[in-house]
Amino acid sequence: MVMEIVCPAGTPAALRAAVKAGAHTVYCGFNDETNARNFPGLNFDRAEMRDGITFAHQHGAKVLVAINTFPRAGDEAIWHRAVHDAEACGADAVILADPGLLDYTARNHTGLRRHLSVQAAAANADIINFYAENFGVKRVVLPRVLSVPEIAAINSETEVETEVFVFGGLCVMAEGRCSLSSYATGLSPNMNGVCSPASHVDYRQDAGVLDARLGGYLIHRVNKDEPAPYPTLCKGCFSVGDKTGHLFEDPVSLNAEKLIPQLQKAGVTALKIEGRQRSKSYVAQVVRNFRAAVDALDAGRPLPEGMLARLSEGQAMTTGAYKKTWR
Amino acid sequence: MSEPQNQLPHCPVALAAALRVLPLAPLSLSLTVFSRKIAKNNPGLFQRLGEYDRTDFVLDPVDLPIVMCLNPNRGQPKVKLTRRSALGTARISGPLAALLGLVHGAFDGDALFFSRDLVIEGDTGAALALRNAIDDAELDLAQEAGVLSGPFARPLHQLIALAERRTGLCLTRPEDATIW
Repeated sequence: MVMEIVCPAGTPAALRAAVKAGAHTVYCGFNDETNARNFPGLNFDRAEMRDGITFAHQHGAKVLVAINTFPRAGDEAIWHRAVHDAEACGADAVILADPGLLDYTARNHTGLRRHLSVQAAAANADIINFYAENFGVKRVVLPRVLSVPEIAAINSETEVETEVFVFGGLCVMAEGRCSLSSYATGLSPNMNGVCSPASHVDYRQDAGVLDARLGGYLIHRVNKDEPAPYPTLCKGCFSVGDKTGHLFEDPVSLNAEKLIPQLQKAGVTALKIEGRQRSKSYVAQVVRNFRAAVDALDAGRPLPEGMLARLSEGQAMTTGAYKKTWR
Repeated sequence: MSEPQNQLPHCPVALAAALRVLPLAPLSLSLTVFSRKIAKNNPGLFQRLGEYDRTDFVLDPVDLPIVMCLNPNRGQPKVKLTRRSALGTARISGPLAALLGLVHGAFDGDALFFSRDLVIEGDTGAALALRNAIDDAELDLAQEAGVLSGPFARPLHQLIALAERRTGLCLTRPEDATIW
């Protein structure tokens, strides 16, 4: 069976590009704080979501709606309405992280398939089975902290489908619990759907040297011939004493393309591509690349050579935790 | 800082030379009319700008001797070309090829940012909103110009296709986006 390619879409045009490029499934979110990519100019209003889902279904693709931030006390109705509207728009599933919202959805939208977001950071079979037994979760998006043997161990102990990231930006390895953005800006991906909100980012380029500030703090400076990273604290380059370096993680993108056969053997159902903040050009290129890879694997052909380095943060790639070689 | 195999095309020298001497007022007026036609055909583009629909954007093709000041003006955009450095709320700078490629959805904005071909300064949120709104609009400037030119649409398209082949600039919306 061909592994499912799950692709990001930040706009209706990106959704159409993903479907045309061969995505089996597209994930996207409403244009508010209910999803973890709440950036200016991105996401879908209700009419766009309905039209996008109709388009995807007409072309044989599924749409998952990410409602994966954590509801703010007193404002839960915003998140409840998002679940209701996702179902009304025809979503094939919702991607949720908050146990309260999972419980609400399981009780009030029994026919709506529920996936567990990476934001829930469910990293062992016990917690995954807990979510399945209590909230009827059918699929879990695994956090990017696991090696391939660990993923295989999880799959041997659960009936819940597993979905793993194979390409795109990497986060600090405690997803759903990262507060770095909050320290500098007061806003976080967990509560507001924004990591390093654009409104708090300031770039200055002088004589080819690019400074990036987040919430007023200089977080990295790159020289003329160096690639630029995203303006996130986790990718910041800091000086401590006489040493300067990336304190949390290097600015590189995940690319687990070569590990797809191993991930299939480990029992993984779906391969997820990160990047709802990226363009339709990115979406089309990455989807085509990964669709060709899973089709080749299914047909018993060698995997095609990838061409994705240029699309990667820092123009460099890693297999992340899948092959653990911590420094 | 494009890699050699992925070098962005250079802006034609003749275009840069012409823009050093051509009067900019009529060009600005023409571009304002053109952008309003685009606005009329693509209202979603301005809705997607949200709170930034009256922001002063400066678009700086670094290989041309002009900059473009654009205010979306809630769907009635105003465009002004100037040879002086212009102040705006958000500034997007890069080779003309990169800016045209972004407009036509051929390139990925983040990839151009990583490679340092694109520089964003000022209000990053505004720049991001403009980039995302344009990416969603699926614009084709040649198509829009053709609609405006009535009976001359066919020769205009032929001329644009020739210019595209000669310069390598992305003057139309490609079927398959080029990887960058």
